[in-house]
Amino acid sequence: MVVGAGTVGAACALYAARAGLEVILVDRGPVAGGTTGAGEGNLLVSDKEPGPELRLALLSLRLWQELARDGLARAFEYEAKGGLVVASTPDALASLTDLAAGQRAAGVDAVPVDAHELRDLEPHLAAGLAGGMLYPQDAQVMPALAAAHLVRASGARLETGRTVTRILRGPDGAVRGVRTDRGDLRAPAVVNAAGTWGGDVAALAGVALPVLPRRGFVLVTEPLPPRVRHKVYAADYVADVASDSAALQTSPVVEGTAAGPVLVGASRERVGFDRSFSLPAVRALAAGATRLFPFLEHVRAMRAYAGFRPYMPDHLPAVGPDPRVPGLFHACGHEGAGIGLATGTGLLIAQCLAGGSPELDLSPLRPDRFDDPGHPDRHTEEAAPWIR
Amino acid sequence: MTERRPVLAVIGAGPAGLAAALAAASRGVRVVLVDSAPSVGGQFYRQPVPGPGARRSQMLAHQRRTWDRLRAGLDVHLTAGRVTHLSDRHVWCVERESGRFVVHALLGPAQEESAAVRADAVLLATGGYEKVLPFPGWTLPGVVTAGGAQALSKGGLSLPGRVAVVAGSGPLLLPVATGLAAAGTRVVALIETAAPAAFARQARTWATTPVKLAEGAVHAARLLRRRTSVMSRHMVVEAHGEDRVESVTVTAVGADGRPAPGSERRIVCDLLAVGHGLLPHTDLAEGLGCRLDGASVRVDDEQRTDVPGVWAAGEATGIGGADLSLAEGHIAGRSAAARLTGTAPDPRGWARAARTRTRLRTFFAALESAYGEPPARWPEQVTDDTVVCRCEEVTAGAVREAVAELGAGDLRTVKLLTRAGMGWCQGRVCEPGVAGVAGCALAPARRLLARPVPLGVLAAPADPTPPQ
Repeated sequence: MVVGAGTVGAACALYAARAGLEVILVDRGPVAGGTTGAGEGNLLVSDKEPGPELRLALLSLRLWQELARDGLARAFEYEAKGGLVVASTPDALASLTDLAAGQRAAGVDAVPVDAHELRDLEPHLAAGLAGGMLYPQDAQVMPALAAAHLVRASGARLETGRTVTRILRGPDGAVRGVRTDRGDLRAPAVVNAAGTWGGDVAALAGVALPVLPRRGFVLVTEPLPPRVRHKVYAADYVADVASDSAALQTSPVVEGTAAGPVLVGASRERVGFDRSFSLPAVRALAAGATRLFPFLEHVRAMRAYAGFRPYMPDHLPAVGPDPRVPGLFHACGHEGAGIGLATGTGLLIAQCLAGGSPELDLSPLRPDRFDDPGHPDRHTEEAAPWIR
Repeated sequence: MTERRPVLAVIGAGPAGLAAALAAASRGVRVVLVDSAPSVGGQFYRQPVPGPGARRSQMLAHQRRTWDRLRAGLDVHLTAGRVTHLSDRHVWCVERESGRFVVHALLGPAQEESAAVRADAVLLATGGYEKVLPFPGWTLPGVVTAGGAQALSKGGLSLPGRVAVVAGSGPLLLPVATGLAAAGTRVVALIETAAPAAFARQARTWATTPVKLAEGAVHAARLLRRRTSVMSRHMVVEAHGEDRVESVTVTAVGADGRPAPGSERRIVCDLLAVGHGLLPHTDLAEGLGCRLDGASVRVDDEQRTDVPGVWAAGEATGIGGADLSLAEGHIAGRSAAARLTGTAPDPRGWARAARTRTRLRTFFAALESAYGEPPARWPEQVTDDTVVCRCEEVTAGAVREAVAELGAGDLRTVKLLTRAGMGWCQGRVCEPGVAGVAGCALAPARRLLARPVPLGVLAAPADPTPPQ
C-alpha cells in the first residue's frame, strides 16, 4: 500500500510491482496533485554535496536513464540536457571548483568551463561571468507526466480521491492496512510517500516525522524557440539549497522545456502552507534570471505558481522501514529533489519490502533519526506545525 | 500641509466601477480609476469609435439616460480633481504592502512598460469573461464569441461576415443578435439551447423586473422585424467550411440532452457568434488572497471581500448584468468611502440600491436556473480530433486519454498531463470546454499573474506614483 500518488509514490509502486508485489496506490487527490505538479522536474547531481543524498541521486539518475531507454523517454519528456553552473566572481568559481572536486571523487562528471567558453555552450548567457562547471549527467523530466506514466507502467491499483484517515494496526502493533474515507484497504505494508504531508501520515500511525513545507515559486514564460540549452544556474544555488534560513532566498535556475516555455526557479522560504502570491519572491526570481540571460527582459512570464517542498531539518529524506511501527515504511521529505531522487527511493523501498537488503546504506536516512537525543538537528527544529 | 484624502483605487471602469467611483468621490475620497480601455464604459457602455461614418450608439433609452448621468457625474469629479482616470492600464497584480496597496499595471497597447499607483484601499470591478464551449469546426475563421461580436458591433467596427447565426445560451444572445442586425448583418437564426417552458416558469420573476421585461421585448421585436428564425432547445453541433465558416449544422436537443435523431439541418452563414454566458474575472482577487464562493468573489452586505481594504462589485462577484453592477458598485463605493474617512457606514443611505441588488440577484438566480447549463451531453458532440485548447493545440482525444489512462480526475491534472490551458490564454477560453470533455468540475486555475508580464518589468516594477 503506497500512500501518495506523486512521483515518489509512483516510483515505489513501479519497483514494488517489479519485485513481484501486489500494489495499491492511494491518494486523497489526483495523480501528481501535490508538489510533483508544482515542480520543474530536475534530475540533478550538480547541486548535491558528496554524501548520502548524492549517492541516492546517482542511483536514481541511472534508473531514470534505464526507464528512458525502456521507451518512456518521450512519454515523460526526458531530456539529458546537462547542467551548467556559472560563477559570477573568482571567489564563487573557486568554491565551485572545490565542490566539483569532491563530487568527482563520488562519481560525478564535472567539466570545468572557462569564461570564454561559456557562450559556446550557452550563446545567450550574460557577459562578464568568471567561469562555470558543466555537469553532463544532469537531466530533466516533465514531473506530472513522469508520475502518471510510472503509475501506468506499474499496473498498480490506483485509488485516487480517497483520503487515508488511519493506519490500521494489529494487536502486535504491526501495520494491517489503512482506513480511508471510503472504506478500509488491507495490506501488510504501508509506504508513506505523502511528500510535504508525510508528517501527517506518520502521525496517523502515532509516530513523529518532522516534514516541513518550504515554499517555492516558479515562473513560466511564453513559448520560445530553443535558446537556453542546459539547465543553467548560479553557483550560489547550492548554498541556498543547503541553507537553514526561513527567510526568502532566490537563486535563479533557468532552463528551456520541450514544449517551448522557459522555466525560472526557484525561491525558497519557510512560510507554512501559504499559497498567496508573493511579489518580492517573483521579483527576485525575474531579476536573477535576467542577470543570467539578458534577452529574457523582454520575454513575458505567463504564469507563476507556488509549491511546497517537503523539507526535513537535516535536508535528507526519510527512506526505509520505521523501526517504531512494523510494516510502516517512509519515502518522503526529499525537499526540492523529489523527482530526481524518486526512482532510487522506489527501488530501495522495494528492496526493503521484498525482504532483501537495500543496495545503498539507508542509516543516514532512517525515519526515526530525529528521536535520537544526540541528533544534531533535534534541538534546532522550529515549532512543529505538522502536528495539528 | 493639508490633510491627505484617502485614496481608493477602483479597478475597472464599467458600470460597477463607474458607480463606485462616483459614490466614493462624492464622499471625501480620492479615486483613481484604472481601466484597460482607452475610454470609460466597459463592455456594456462601449461607444462607437469616433470618426467619419461613426455609427449611432445601440443603447436603449433607459441605458442611455443612466450612461449620460454617469458620464456627467464623472466629468464633474474629473474637473474637480477628485477622480483621476488612468486609461490603457492593464493591471497585472495588486500588491499588499503593510496595510496599503500598490496597483501594478502595464501601459497601453504594447504592454511593455509598467506603472504603479499606491492606494489605501482597492475596489475590484473587474467584470466577467465569456464562457465558450468547443464543437467541431469552432476554430474556423468566422466563428466568434457572442461578446466579441457585440464588442465589434457596439464599437462600430466592421464585422467578419454578412450572414450571421447567433447561438448558445443565456440572456446575452438576444442583444447580441439585435446589435448585429442593427450593424447591418443579416441574422438568419438565433439558436438557444434552453427550453421556452423553463423560461416561462420564471414569469413571476420577470414580472417583478419590468425594465428587464421591456428590454427583452424590445430586443425580440427588433429581431422579429428582421425575420430572424428563433429556435429554442436547439444547438449548433458543427461548423463547416474550408478556409472559413460557410454553414452550420443545427439540431434539436432531445429529452436526454442529445441531438434529436433526424432533426439536423444546415444553415448557410459566414458568421457564427456563440456564447454560453459569462464567468467572473477573479484573478486579481485571488492574487490578493480573497476568498471565493464557487467561481465568484465572496462579498458581504457592504461588498467587502474577506481581505481588509478590498471591496468587489459587479460581475466579479457573480454574473448579473449592468443594473446589478451599478447597485453593487454604488454600495461598495459608499462603504469604502465611509470606512476610509473613519465614519460609520450607514446602510440606510443605500437602501434603494440594496433593494435593487436583492431583486436583481433573485432575478438572475432564476434566469440561471431557466437557462441552466448547456445540455449535459454536449461533450459527446466533440469529436476526438477537435482541438479544445487552441493555444497549445490539445485535442479532445488527448484530454480523454489523460482521464481514461493516466488517472487525471480534475482540471488541474488534465492541464498538467496534456498542457490544455497552459498557453497564452491561461485557460480562460478553454477551461469550461476541457472540463466538459474531461467530465470533471469546472475549477478555474489560480492565475497569480493577471496578465503576461515581461520579466524585465517583474524584476524591477515601477515605483508607485502619487495620483496627480
